[in-house]
Formats: sequence, C-alpha cells, structure tokens
Amino acid sequence: MAHGILLSGSTDVDVMVHGLVSYQFFGHTVWITTTHVSLLLVLLILCGFAIAAGRAVKKGTEVPGGFQNVVELIVEKLDGMANSTMGNHASKFYNYIGTVFIFILFSNISGLLGLRPPTADYGVTFPLGVLTFILIHFNQFKHQKLKDIWADMCSPLPPWLPIWFPINVISEVAVPISLSLRLFANVLSGTIMMALIYGLLGIIATAWPAALHVYFDLFSGAIQTYVFCMLTMTYINNAIGEEA
Amino acid sequence: MEFNEYFILGCSAIGAGLAVIAGIGPGVGQGIAAGHAAAAVGRNPGAKSAVTSTMLLGQAVAETTGLYGLLIAILLLFVKPLLP
Repeated sequence: MAHGILLSGSTDVDVMVHGLVSYQFFGHTVWITTTHVSLLLVLLILCGFAIAAGRAVKKGTEVPGGFQNVVELIVEKLDGMANSTMGNHASKFYNYIGTVFIFILFSNISGLLGLRPPTADYGVTFPLGVLTFILIHFNQFKHQKLKDIWADMCSPLPPWLPIWFPINVISEVAVPISLSLRLFANVLSGTIMMALIYGLLGIIATAWPAALHVYFDLFSGAIQTYVFCMLTMTYINNAIGEEA
Repeated sequence: MEFNEYFILGCSAIGAGLAVIAGIGPGVGQGIAAGHAAAAVGRNPGAKSAVTSTMLLGQAVAETTGLYGLLIAILLLFVKPLLP
C-alpha cells in the first residue's frame, strides 16, 4: 500500500509476516511464511544445542567442567524454578516447563540474530496457550473428583444452582487466550518498535539501538518467558488442588 | 451516506490513538506495584529476590490490559478491518 498511514516517511519499515512459498493442501492455498523459516532456524539451533548437551552429559565426569557445567547449571535453574512454584508436584512437569521455557526464550531473543521472532506470530503463541489449557484440565480431571470440579465451576453459589456456570466457563476459556495474547503482543510491540526505529531514523540509528535491543529483546523477552512459565505452573498447581 | 477509503483510514487512525489510551491504567498499576515492592525491600532486604520476582509477575499480568489496547491499535493500523 503506497499511502501507509503511520509509515509515510519511509518504505522499508517491515514488521509483517510474509508468505514465501505457496502450495495446495486439500484444495486450500497454504503459505510457507517467514515465521516458519525463523521457527525452523530456532529449532535447529536448539536441536544442535540439545545434541551437544546430551553428548557432554553422556561422557560426563564426576566433577563437571566446561560445557557440562553450563548444561547442569541450566537444568538446575529450570528445575529450581519449577520446584519453587509447584512444590512436590514439580517433578512431573520438569520436561514441559523446561522445554517451553527454552523454546520461548530463544524465540524471543532471536530478534537479536536478525530473524523476525517466531513468537511475534499468533499462530505460534496460541498453540502454546492451548497446550497449557489441555494440561490444566487434564490434571484437573486426573486429580480431583467430578463432584468437586462441578462445585468449583458453580463456585460462588451452591452446586445445585448453576447460574454462575457459564461465567466460570468463559473465565476458563479466557486463560489460554490471555496467556498467548500477552506473549504475542509483547514480542510484536518490541518488533514493531525496533522496525520503526531502524526504518524511520535510517542512518542516525547506528550503535545506540543496541541499548533498545537489550530492553525489547533480552529483558522483555526473558520477563515474558518467565511469566508464561510461572502462570502455566500456577494454573496447573491450582488444577491439581491440595490433595495427593 | 458514502464514505471513501481515506475517511475510513483517518477514523481508524483516530481509533488507534484512542485505543492506546488503555496504556494509562497499566502504567499507574505497575508504578504502584513497583512502589510497594520498593517499600517491601526497604522493610525486609533479605527477601529482595522473592519480592522482585513476585513484582515482575504481577506487573506482567497487569500489563495485559494495556497490551490489548495496543493490539487493537495495531489491528486498526495494519490489518485495516474497517475497509470494505
């Protein structure tokens, strides 16, 4: 569009997702977008790191040194974060929380590598929210009795008067949406702001935007990763309930 | 009455500006949270890390409403849903 409202001064401000290759999928035209490419690159980096970490641990020594030390530190920190929130339920969720944490963190800071962060696409963050939603309710049905869940869903009123039931259903459905939208909007706003600075200021945007990168990519990305994992753990912990 | 494309785009820009006013609330809320966290650290400096992580978690949750406003502004400016 020639008359961009916001970006009238420049033509090279680019924050949108672009389609690269289109193909037919059961009669629909589907696109391979820039999100897929950056997601693939992030996954390749993570896979390489994971393979290297696995090798380092497999021939690990009693006293860790070098790379093994780093890997053990990361795993210890992630497990400690899960332990501090979930208590004795934590050990079942180390895998999920650690994986999600590392994935979101690398996705958020991949803006530093010149990629468009994969988490700045709602198609990436919404599945993460849905995964959390499924985990919450799977654990709720696994650990609580059906009667207690029903009483919980009618909560301010007694269980035989389910007037509040629809409202509670809406608030349950809002959980994955707000989780994913929070992550998406934070990363997207950082991406847009960096693109505006580079596109509108042009040649005077040298060196000093590095400070903004530290804020928008590193700080904001790390905080949002932490928040996503903390909220996931808190919701799952609530779903499990007090018993067991 | 017929409205042309430029009128709708202009109104979308005004709407985007109004939507971003939603940022006032989270700003005030986050400031209050940070102030109370500073007071808590002043009373009990030993609990600094716990207070900080609780504060950041609460602030990030409070930020969500502002981000919804921002999201609506971005939708109005870039996706242009009101154009016929």
